[in-house]
Amino acid sequence: MEGYFRLFPEAASTIAGRVDGLFGFLIGVSLFFTALIFALLLVFAIRYRRRSEDEQPPQIESRDWLEMTWILIPLVLVMIMFVWGAKLYFHMMNPPDGALEIYAIGKQWMWQFQHPEGQREINELHVPIGHPVKMTMTSQDVIHSFFVPAFRVKMDVVPGRFTNIWFEATKPGVYHLFCAEYCGTMHSGMRGRVVAMRPTLYEEWLRSHVRGEPMASIGKSLFEQLGCPTCHRADGRAPSLVGLFGTTVPLQSGATVTADESYLRESILNPRAKIVTGYQPIMPSFQGQINAEELTQLIAYIKSLGQGQEDGS
Amino acid sequence: MTKSRSALAHHFDNLGQQYEASTLGMWAFLLTEIMFFGGLFLGYAVYRSAYLEGFIEGSHHLDAILGTLMTAILIGSSLTMALSVHAAQVGHNKLLVRFLLLTMFLGVAFLSIKGYEYWHKYHTHMVPGFTFHYDGPHPEIVRLFLSLYFIMTSMHALHMIIGLGLQAVLVMMAWRGRFSSEYHTPVEIVGLYWHFVDIVWIFLYPLLYLVG
Amino acid sequence: METTSLTPRIHYLNADYGIKSWLFTTDHKRIALLYLSSITLMFFLGGAAATLMRLELMTPQGDLMQPETYNKLFTIHGIIMVFFFLIPSIPAVLGNFLVPMMIGARDLAFPRVNLLSWYVFTLGGLFTLAAMIAGGVDTGWTFYTPYSTAFSNSYVILTAVGVFITGFSSILTGLNFIVTVHTMRAPGLTWFRLPLFIWAHYATSIIFLLGTPVLAIAIVLVGLEHAFGIGIFDPALGGDPVLFQHLFWFYSHPAVYIMVLPSMGVVSELIPCFSRKRIFGYSFIAFSSIAIAVLGFFVWGHHMFVSSQSVYASMIFSFMSMFVAIPSAVKVFNWTATIYKGSVSYASPMLYALGFIGLFTMGGLTGLFLATLAIDVHVHDTYFVVAHFHYIMVGGAVMGYLGGIHFWWPKITGRLYPEGWAKFSALMVFVGFNLTFFPQYVLGYLGMPRRYHMYPPEFQVLNVMSSAGASILAVGYLIPLVYLTWSLRYGALAGSNPWGATGLEWQTASPPPTENFEETPVVTQPAYSYGSLGEEGEVHVD
Repeated sequence: MEGYFRLFPEAASTIAGRVDGLFGFLIGVSLFFTALIFALLLVFAIRYRRRSEDEQPPQIESRDWLEMTWILIPLVLVMIMFVWGAKLYFHMMNPPDGALEIYAIGKQWMWQFQHPEGQREINELHVPIGHPVKMTMTSQDVIHSFFVPAFRVKMDVVPGRFTNIWFEATKPGVYHLFCAEYCGTMHSGMRGRVVAMRPTLYEEWLRSHVRGEPMASIGKSLFEQLGCPTCHRADGRAPSLVGLFGTTVPLQSGATVTADESYLRESILNPRAKIVTGYQPIMPSFQGQINAEELTQLIAYIKSLGQGQEDGS
Repeated sequence: MTKSRSALAHHFDNLGQQYEASTLGMWAFLLTEIMFFGGLFLGYAVYRSAYLEGFIEGSHHLDAILGTLMTAILIGSSLTMALSVHAAQVGHNKLLVRFLLLTMFLGVAFLSIKGYEYWHKYHTHMVPGFTFHYDGPHPEIVRLFLSLYFIMTSMHALHMIIGLGLQAVLVMMAWRGRFSSEYHTPVEIVGLYWHFVDIVWIFLYPLLYLVG
Repeated sequence: METTSLTPRIHYLNADYGIKSWLFTTDHKRIALLYLSSITLMFFLGGAAATLMRLELMTPQGDLMQPETYNKLFTIHGIIMVFFFLIPSIPAVLGNFLVPMMIGARDLAFPRVNLLSWYVFTLGGLFTLAAMIAGGVDTGWTFYTPYSTAFSNSYVILTAVGVFITGFSSILTGLNFIVTVHTMRAPGLTWFRLPLFIWAHYATSIIFLLGTPVLAIAIVLVGLEHAFGIGIFDPALGGDPVLFQHLFWFYSHPAVYIMVLPSMGVVSELIPCFSRKRIFGYSFIAFSSIAIAVLGFFVWGHHMFVSSQSVYASMIFSFMSMFVAIPSAVKVFNWTATIYKGSVSYASPMLYALGFIGLFTMGGLTGLFLATLAIDVHVHDTYFVVAHFHYIMVGGAVMGYLGGIHFWWPKITGRLYPEGWAKFSALMVFVGFNLTFFPQYVLGYLGMPRRYHMYPPEFQVLNVMSSAGASILAVGYLIPLVYLTWSLRYGALAGSNPWGATGLEWQTASPPPTENFEETPVVTQPAYSYGSLGEEGEVHVD
């Protein structure tokens, strides 16, 4: 929630509590060692303070077992931190199936969000609670970063590629959205609000919010306008796009690649970079002809060709 | 005729220590040069693995024959440099000067050919950032390749020019009889530097001229 | 030995007069003082930028200055403090002065290269200051692309040239130190008899040599891209903006160890002296310096966990980052154990050393938070990171620097400074520092991002605390400027060894003669032989 002074952020997502738990462990370890060192230094400095100028303190040699102990104990502790952190991170970086996909475009100095049914938002993002949401994001200009402290999620938004982050909100409320990667003059102003709503209210909002066309449908129009069906059709000169997204594509070079958003983007802007086995390198590049938003719409369309759907002819 | 008037610097105890320090110093410096060029090679490697076809296309726009000629000239100059070091070691001053001049001549020859290459590229509008115009396949990647070509070869050329300057200083010092079989450390360390510059080119040549 | 008076008649400061004797000197001690003037100026310039920043941050609105101005201020604060203060500070001032003396040499291996490094530093500084005066640069000290290459309208190239040039002064210094330590140690001074200050500077020099050139090439590429649009970092031209981050952090992570290792070296000298005990675990501390330098090259990706770097790469970097914490922990424990059963003095250098240990421990532990993947996702690019690195750099490195300056001041100048004022300002620095930066940990976890000149109102209380602390810290830094300068004229004469410390530098006069030693010393004792104090003749003279 905005507005009032606090010392610890609100936890409003499924992983927030888990991140805070790990944070608590690290705080505990840090407090322990900080207190230990401060206490030892204080006690030693006072207890062994110089009382006369010709004091001759004992010259104590180090012991190997002591050195090994204070190497191994910290080593064990940091390994625990690593494993715990890595497991949670892995979970944070892998969106669950069936997540609600929302597209985000960051540009100096605002956020543009598109819901799959076509609702558009500027600097405000409505999401349901209790349902995973996956953000697919790209930038139109410089690197930005999508950061919602209450959800404990952050991911850079990079021009020239798509990045993902997912979260599941747990508490209705309004939460800060910050841009967390310096992006120029109004970086501090590139903020927004994430509005988490109960599912029924969210549905209501979706219905009532002024909606443009769904992303995939705009994408389909673009697909046709740009002449893609000329080659991308059944028995065409180009690979079929039906059910393509997410599959493994064999390339002429012998390597394979996963057909994710970045692959699709590259295939549209720089088609010669990767040639699919059995096809000729004849696709023209659309670099300079479409902007980041249109690219996202095309990709949304291709994704919608999921399994067994009609292609664009 | 040898002159070791101030061959031993005041802060060293003996010539052996001074020699050890100078040589170690040059090796340490060359290590930094490896890291410097290494960064460029890394950038090259990243983009080549992503855009092999474009790199092949770009490489075709470089003259492999000129490249081979330049490589031969540079290797030759390393040979003459090694010979000048040897001449210094046995105290043959005149031979030392001659081999140094020959090395410099070969270095200038290399740079002249490179200069011609650059001029030619400029005239055919193949210098990114300066009226670059290219109609063939993979235009952005060819542009990227040529950018890397210019940056890497001009960095190398800059190091060669510095090397030539160092060799000129050596020639003057040798002419004045500053070197002898007891003391010729500057010749050796400039030799090390020159061999390094040669080795960098030996990597650049196939990576730029012989792709695909 | 003929120096019976406290100050020798002729020493390096009065051996020659006139500005030319300073600008053309090859004496490492004079060069150290040239550096001291430059970096002190830079420190206060960087500090002025910080002062203005903290003033703006007293209120949630951006009401003190234009956003562009704030962005230029935090950029120049970072650039000046990192490249023109922290990186050179201890190596170029204390290292230059002491490395030859500690090993019994008359100078560094390459005195003219040493002077060149100062001129290169100054030239780089002039370019950067010119950029600042011309209108400033607003990319952040990290110069991330494509903002710096294709979007910023500020003096990117001029600044990049300045930083590029200055990098060479680091390389030359590192080169000099490594060759000197390898080839010019006094008879009997084996590697494991070297003071830990030397080990620390040796390790730092490894990083100077291997890391700085990569930064150089990263900067060159940014400059070329900004000027000619070559496309190496521009996605529209097939380039990859994240490649820059790899090149940049490959240097800039090891750079933080450049900033802290020398300070640790200072602490390793102060603690034994002011506990009058040999250091506990000498070889462990020596090897830990090397370990930090080496391991530090394998962790750069921990700055990029949310940059779109692969999950598997991030895991490897997190794993390696955990390892690099261990050698630092080893040092802290060994220093603490050194004080145990010692004879502890509260002289001001010791206060700085104790402050270092406490604050570095806190800063180092918070590094673990950042190395832990799931936590870093939340706190990356927030004030948590700002707090972490200021704890290490200011609470750690700067306190070590000040401790070293105070400790060796008598050696460098032949004078003692007023101890009461020194203790007072050490305390002010400690208090001011914590008040400034501890609230920033809280702000960071709350979610306040970095590089924000305006922020939601609920963050104000903590920001005001931080700004208040900064004002105390500023005073704490200004006071030594006054009394140290005062001591040059009015301070008591120091004599060759006012602290009763071991180490070859204390076996010669204060200030030392130009050639450092009347005769080359021969070493027969291990370092920190405090047990044999009272038997002065342990260091034999040839």
